[in-house]
Amino acid sequence: MSGVRVLVGTVKGAFVLTADGKREQWEVQGPHFGGWEVYHVKGSPADPDRIWASQSSGWFGQVIQRSDDGGRSWEAVGNEFAYDGVPGTHQWYDGTPHPWEFARVWHLEPSLTDPETVWAGVEDAALFRSTDGGKGWAELAGLRGHGSGPHWQPGAGGLCLHTILLDPADPERIFIAISAAGAFRSDDGGATWKPINRGLRSEGILPEPEAEVGHCVHRIALHPSRPETLFMQKHWDVMRSDDAGDSWREVSGDLPSDFGFAIDVHAHEPETVYVVPILSDSEHYPPEGKLRVYRSRTGGDEWEPLTAGLPQSDCYVNVLREAMAVDSLDPCGVYFGTTGGQVYASTDAGDRWAPIVRDLPRVLSVEAQTLP
Amino acid sequence: MIRVVLPAHLRTLARLDGEVELELEGPATIASVLTALEERHPTLRGTLRDHAGGPRRPLVRFFACGHDLSHQPPDTPLPAAVTDGTEPFLVVGAMAGG
Repeated sequence: MSGVRVLVGTVKGAFVLTADGKREQWEVQGPHFGGWEVYHVKGSPADPDRIWASQSSGWFGQVIQRSDDGGRSWEAVGNEFAYDGVPGTHQWYDGTPHPWEFARVWHLEPSLTDPETVWAGVEDAALFRSTDGGKGWAELAGLRGHGSGPHWQPGAGGLCLHTILLDPADPERIFIAISAAGAFRSDDGGATWKPINRGLRSEGILPEPEAEVGHCVHRIALHPSRPETLFMQKHWDVMRSDDAGDSWREVSGDLPSDFGFAIDVHAHEPETVYVVPILSDSEHYPPEGKLRVYRSRTGGDEWEPLTAGLPQSDCYVNVLREAMAVDSLDPCGVYFGTTGGQVYASTDAGDRWAPIVRDLPRVLSVEAQTLP
Repeated sequence: MIRVVLPAHLRTLARLDGEVELELEGPATIASVLTALEERHPTLRGTLRDHAGGPRRPLVRFFACGHDLSHQPPDTPLPAAVTDGTEPFLVVGAMAGG
């Protein structure tokens, strides 16, 4: 019987939530790596029992963990992330040059086809790859080296590379996003990169609102069947591109706020998109104290609130950029985690919600694996 | 024989129940103890100091015999009571929030 494994990273450890295909009864395993920040946990599409976790701590730095049995046991693998050559500087918050310094791994993106290969997006922003099961990591330095690196500035969470999308139709094409530099695309397997931010506007944030780089892109999502179409939750604005990021248009439409972090696409409907509106860049909670996922079935512009089973009063949690995922069962399952420690699941594409767990530490990331 | 006491999170990471006992060849210094520790338990690499054997991480501290050795040069010889195993070399996570 098919099943689902939901991988949850929190500020105090990782949790593995499993259920059969009905998704009614959940088993909670964890905390793994209790007391450590786990920014991201993600399974390999090529071998679902191989799972990667980014474990970090202000005291003891970065550890990468790998499981080969679906999250029951873990092995620490390589954790040396050395920038290629002399790293140089980016801009600090006050606009002064600041040396590139490794802080942590925000995102681990396993190869779609090779269980030994995994990509890592790190703070200070750079892209690394391991091709030997996590033993060694090498920077793809063409990203930082493409020219604009000295002008990148950190967002409030740091200068982080948080999104890595591998194009299932073209193994040479990779999309990444950095707060606060913007989105970039490589068409040669990560050797060279170009910014893809045309159409983004950041008024009141950038001196030149339509600058080529500098935008605080929070998250990008795509549907595997249509990888030319990208959906973006920017700092403010929900955006859409139909030409692989060459140009973007705003699709915030009738959302109550177009600020937010998470965005994802339905597993079977490429025009069905989910966001969680957040009130503002300083008020990191839902408008009116109502936790609402918004769904568009039209690829943006027209949005409907999904509220059944979600708190509709006095709710002031946030949903962070990595903290939403979908499974590929039918109907599509949608999952998200909150800074209040709840992980909510919908087994009917968002119509109704129920918590899997209510009292975890602050949730940093949620990923869903559909198991055979 | 040198006894090293690690903080709980690093004992878990290195899958240790108690102290680490190390036999060193050559002088016992802060750096040589860390090098021997990392060779015995490679998962600790990068958690105490950088991978090149450089500076300790800012929130990692080293104590021995009631003294804070954290700001001593890495080649500082350890006290005799540590080198003969009477007193442990303590690796401590600095008191900090979180």
